[in-house]
Amino acid sequence: MTTAIELVNVSKIYRRYSGRQFATLKSALLKRSLLRDLRPNETFVALKDVSFNVEKGSTVGVIGRNGSGKSTALKLVAGITKPSAGNVRVTGRISALIELGAGFHPEISGRENVFINGIMLGLSKREVEERFDDIVNFAELREFIDAPVKTYSSGMYMRLGFAVAIHVDPEVLLVDEVLAVGDESFTHKCLDKFGELHRRGKTVLIVTHSLGLVERLCDAAVWLDGGEKQVEGDPKRVIGAYLTAVEETEKQQMAATTSRAVRTAAPSLPTDDMFQATEGRWGSRELEITSVELVGTSGQPSLVFHTGDSVSIQLHVRAARSIADFVFGVSVFNTDGVCCFGTNTDIEHMTSQRIEGEAEVTFAIDHLDLVEGTYKLDVAVHRRDGVPYDYHRQLYTFRVKSRTHDVGVFRPAHRWIFSPNVKFK
Amino acid sequence: MFANLGTLLRYRGLVQSLVARELKARYRGSVLGFVWSFVNPLLLLSIYSFVFTTIMRSDDPRTRPYALFMFCGLLPWTWFSASLTDATSSLISGGNLIKKVLFPAEVLPIVSVLANMVHFVLGLVILAAFMIGFHHYPHAAALPWFPVVVAVQLIFTLGLALALAALTAHFRDTRDLLANLLTLWFFATPIIYPYFRPSVERFLWLFRLNPFYHLAVSYQEILFFEQFGHARSLLLLGLLSIGTFLAGYWLFDRLRDSFAEVV
Repeated sequence: MTTAIELVNVSKIYRRYSGRQFATLKSALLKRSLLRDLRPNETFVALKDVSFNVEKGSTVGVIGRNGSGKSTALKLVAGITKPSAGNVRVTGRISALIELGAGFHPEISGRENVFINGIMLGLSKREVEERFDDIVNFAELREFIDAPVKTYSSGMYMRLGFAVAIHVDPEVLLVDEVLAVGDESFTHKCLDKFGELHRRGKTVLIVTHSLGLVERLCDAAVWLDGGEKQVEGDPKRVIGAYLTAVEETEKQQMAATTSRAVRTAAPSLPTDDMFQATEGRWGSRELEITSVELVGTSGQPSLVFHTGDSVSIQLHVRAARSIADFVFGVSVFNTDGVCCFGTNTDIEHMTSQRIEGEAEVTFAIDHLDLVEGTYKLDVAVHRRDGVPYDYHRQLYTFRVKSRTHDVGVFRPAHRWIFSPNVKFK
Repeated sequence: MFANLGTLLRYRGLVQSLVARELKARYRGSVLGFVWSFVNPLLLLSIYSFVFTTIMRSDDPRTRPYALFMFCGLLPWTWFSASLTDATSSLISGGNLIKKVLFPAEVLPIVSVLANMVHFVLGLVILAAFMIGFHHYPHAAALPWFPVVVAVQLIFTLGLALALAALTAHFRDTRDLLANLLTLWFFATPIIYPYFRPSVERFLWLFRLNPFYHLAVSYQEILFFEQFGHARSLLLLGLLSIGTFLAGYWLFDRLRDSFAEVV
């Protein structure tokens, strides 16, 4: 196998010229700072010492969060920008689907734009002529091809751009998040085209947020984060590593939200409607919930769980004096403010007798059967008649993830049963 | 730099189609369409003729017919000034290409110059028609020099266009400065007045520093006056133009990598 794309210790430092936001040539000349102003005064590292290879004939996906340097990497491979350090080597003709229809002129017809765009992408006039019918058919724009491009809808515009770029017949195709260009059927056509390129031994480098696409299309994946390569190799493994890191970040963000909510929760009066969703904390604090922790399957406190995990909500409680009348309650809300579930010890026929000093209360959920989403948690301790000791209204945020994207709120444990003449692939 | 100049030749097909696009797009949607290429210089000419033959009468018999004399200088000037004006904004309006497509940026200012050159050539057709109308023909012996002047002007304009385009990417007000500078330059060049006026000859050394002075005088001598005596200066200017082109290209090449980040 030969290498089609090779990045060796590539760094890209973007220069920013922020010091002269409003600077003009006149003032530069007057202040004799022309040369100094042409020099950047601030830098931003978009890629740091990244190396990876793409084998000829393989399809490789680059994944990562926003701002991780994915697109920069693609632009470097395309040759649109030059690396600040290191080397980028590409063998074979490149076509880059970075922005579709870049360079279309709105005033002239689709036909003329196809020619100019094709020539811009490196075809000769005759080559465009040969491919013209394929391009127009692929873009499904036969009736409109002689209308000025300014009359096209954005979908038509993108389709034409995509059609031209993919018919350049590149050795190396670079794709930057452009599959959201048409309806379902056009997307399928694009994917088929990628498949065809793959069969014909062309190299494809895709930058995308669609992990499913990477898993389905790619032979290998590269995960970039903060301009540095994290993991590369088998797509499943790379995606797994990436998702774990994303979860970790989400956890941190949620912990920050929660601690901010707890910190700023001002004691306020309970509203008449218990289910009206507002954050807050109120109560006499004679019986106080000092901390709340959600513990997942791992036994570690967490804020991100998977559907069906076991989760315990652990309350640490302190009673200032011996109290006989108390009810513990827990409820879960989704982001729409809908109460998904709520219960308390009184509803569940537990009659309180006594609590004193420090205590632990755990609400253990064996299967967290919620659909994917973000949820907020109420925990409370109050008197049987409803007068609160300590009411935490929606101060705790947690996230439920799921491999299936079912809808609604509740995901009961279930299975499908079919008679033998119903078949699935 | 010279390697880049070499690849530029490979892109001549692209330059060609972009010039065609520029010309098509400019008049697409206008009623008169391509006829504007002829109407524009005609209108300009009639304005100047009216002002300088009716309101501010010029008496020199050597410049008659005055309209024809003026047109000989006005036509190349329009090419020059419009090229520079278009070139300064070419990188910014083509920013999409520079940022998103592997694209040799110098093509953009070059296209501006060449598209205006096409207008210039179309203007020559009108000029020829005027010559027939006025029965005032250029001397056959001087005519072979005409392509030389055009070539010198082309190279000179390209050099300035590249430098200005590169500067405008960093300093947006280059455009505004240029507009004023071009007005000054126009009046400092013998286009609407003949170069042999006594008032011009008094400051001749100063005029000779103006590159466009030599171009204008060459055009006028070749196309309007009887003999061409400016060949030596023209050839010197030719050398200077090559220098200008190389300097402009060098500046452009130096700043090339920053374009994708500043436009």
